[in-house]
Amino acid sequence: MSTSPDTLPESWRKPPFIANPVLRYALYIGALVYVVFTLATLPIDWARVSDGLSRAQRIFSGAFPPSFDRAGLLFDGFMESLKIAILATVGGIILSVPLAFMAAGNIAPKPIYLLGRAIIIVARSFHPVIVAIIFVKAVGFGPFAGALTLVVYSVGFVAKLLAERIEEIDFGQVEAMRSAGAGFLTTQVYAVVPQVMPRLVGLGIYQLDSNLRASAVVGIVGAGGIGATLANAFGRYDYDFALAITMVIVGVILVSEAVSGVIRKRIT
Amino acid sequence: MNTLSQTQPLSEALSGRDDWSRFTLKQRLIRYASFAAAAAVVAWALGSIDVIWAWVWDSPAQMADLFGRMMPPDPSNLPSILEAIWQTVNIATLATMIAVVVSLPVAYIAAQNTTPNRACLWLGRFILVSSRSVNTIIWALLFVAIFGPGIVAGIVAIMFRSIGFLGKLLGEAIEEIDRKPVEALEACGASQFKIVLYAIVPQVMPAFFAVSILRWDINLRESTVLGLVGAGGIGMILQGAIDTFNWPEVATVLLTILALVIFGEMVSSFLRRKIL
Amino acid sequence: MLKITNLTKRYGAGDPVLKELNLTVEGEQLTSVIGSSGAGKSTLLRCINRLVEPTSGSVVLNGTEFTTLSRRELRTARRRIGMVFQGFNLIDRLTVMENVQAGRLGYISTWAALSRRYPKDDIRRAFELMERVGIAHYADKRADELSGGERQRVGVVRALMQRPEILLADEPTASLDPKTSEQIMSLLRDLANELNLPVIINIHNVTEAKEFSDRIVGMRYGRIIFDDKPDALTRDEMDQIYAGVPSQDRAEAGAAA
Repeated sequence: MSTSPDTLPESWRKPPFIANPVLRYALYIGALVYVVFTLATLPIDWARVSDGLSRAQRIFSGAFPPSFDRAGLLFDGFMESLKIAILATVGGIILSVPLAFMAAGNIAPKPIYLLGRAIIIVARSFHPVIVAIIFVKAVGFGPFAGALTLVVYSVGFVAKLLAERIEEIDFGQVEAMRSAGAGFLTTQVYAVVPQVMPRLVGLGIYQLDSNLRASAVVGIVGAGGIGATLANAFGRYDYDFALAITMVIVGVILVSEAVSGVIRKRIT
Repeated sequence: MNTLSQTQPLSEALSGRDDWSRFTLKQRLIRYASFAAAAAVVAWALGSIDVIWAWVWDSPAQMADLFGRMMPPDPSNLPSILEAIWQTVNIATLATMIAVVVSLPVAYIAAQNTTPNRACLWLGRFILVSSRSVNTIIWALLFVAIFGPGIVAGIVAIMFRSIGFLGKLLGEAIEEIDRKPVEALEACGASQFKIVLYAIVPQVMPAFFAVSILRWDINLRESTVLGLVGAGGIGMILQGAIDTFNWPEVATVLLTILALVIFGEMVSSFLRRKIL
Repeated sequence: MLKITNLTKRYGAGDPVLKELNLTVEGEQLTSVIGSSGAGKSTLLRCINRLVEPTSGSVVLNGTEFTTLSRRELRTARRRIGMVFQGFNLIDRLTVMENVQAGRLGYISTWAALSRRYPKDDIRRAFELMERVGIAHYADKRADELSGGERQRVGVVRALMQRPEILLADEPTASLDPKTSEQIMSLLRDLANELNLPVIINIHNVTEAKEFSDRIVGMRYGRIIFDDKPDALTRDEMDQIYAGVPSQDRAEAGAAA
């Protein structure tokens, strides 16, 4: 070998991810202290847990075998969820399209852009269940509150992703329309809409699937649909019916996920 | 003459073609049919849904009334709200950490290229699907029944839901790795565990961090509603304020949640930039 | 000494890729295997360390019969064969040192592998070898920050870290530009001499093969049809090895059989 062995190092350490040792150890210790402290102060009441385990056993033994005696109720609740999901998707998309144009930085003027973004952020920040509670208080129990909730939920998702898609469009087409003397709306319809249409259709199908899932949850706080049926069954200790409902929900979610996946693949 | 005779049939062919439509008749029929079907579905949903339309027309006024009563937000209970927010952050963070650790072996057995055998593959997939299909709130209902109301039920519920999400995405990342380094280490005579350590782990690392951060962000949002079924966090205060019609406090809670979610998004995008 | 006898490899039910192949490599010579794509060069190399499982035949390296080893024995035996790949097959997100030490993974404890606390001897040897091929100053760099030629040097050092009894190189220069490619070839030749190491190289570039090797083996459709010193590789022999389209050749082979 070209160099004498004794000049070569005999030790090697992997260069640490954070170069500054003070910062590195501070972070490690901070993370450790946080985890230990929060875990140690968790209020676990073991007597309650052991009590709860026997209760869980009661729940499970009460849940088996699942009861489909009230299949009619289950079917009604499910159809209501489906209707809520369809109306919320349509309403959500109708609201999302103008909102997405407002929130696309390459098309909207700055103040409108900021307003559009702010609306989207607020719509996205609140979990549908919180939105549902507010709507239930404002417009009463039932599917209408559920549909309103899911409209907000759809807007948060569809408008955000559609706005991002609009920001990614090939701007040359817009320039071509403008140079041909087209007005603002004509430009949008001919140069922007065709480019973002596939994404919008895909998002719509995805959102229908996603609304169907969410409608099972918002029903728990009184916003109609299968979730309300589930909450009622749970509240009346009909665990066998609750299990039947849960099984149907899981089955429908799996099927609708597969169907929407196939359709989206076919379209795009 | 020659050129004229050539152009004549062309102009003849052109004349009489002053209409143009984007789609052929068949395409148009299919489009109309699908529009009609969609409209029919919407009409069916609208017509048969069980709502009291008077309430619907009344709803804008009701909403305005509700928001009017929320103004101005009442910050008098802010200390206990902030404490509940801290609890919410703890639920999301601890649950994400535990779920990450638990999801690693699940992802390992649920990925086609690393699973030891078919039974493990199906076991892994079963765990992922059942975890993902049941919503956090439903998990929370179950664990509140077991652990009693409080933060523990919330952590376990979030954890159970997260395992499916993390395990699925990590499993996909494992399936997408480049096989070449694996081959190289096989040629060196390394054991299976060391191959995982040196050829698979480094390749999955970026996805691992990205997915964990993403899930933490989602869990922050999910943790805000756990309290509504008694599983700890800010949701408990929200439920209390709503039940007592204390709308100004509801407004404060909502604003705090908004701040929390935006803060969470800032933290996660900062971490993403730093680590990836 | 590596002795391959009657080696046959058949994927599925198709035509065998290797047909009753015999090859002996002795001493510290550099042997180049040439032949058009699909001739079975890559399969031949991978059958030696059983990255590809041979259908029948025998592979003996310095007295060890490879084809009958159990999985565990095979793992130990593979340490004796170093391998260099066309695509380098480095672990991109790890440092050069970790990639190089990966060659020792068969020897060190799991804890040492996990904590990156490599034995002193291994570290010294790694620095020696890296110094020798000119990449020692990159030890702490991530493998994906290096250029192609540098990456292949890491690949070579990783293989040499195993202290192999033979080095296999599967088209080590095919992903490199001509100049770097020559540097890697001369590096392999020099290392073979310095370490008394027999080397088998699969290679497309016949000019390089003639320039750097002590012996050239020409393969065509799973058989060795040329095996001699580089000077003996005439135009005619070249045509034999590379000429014709596969379907024609198969038809001829079928008619002859």
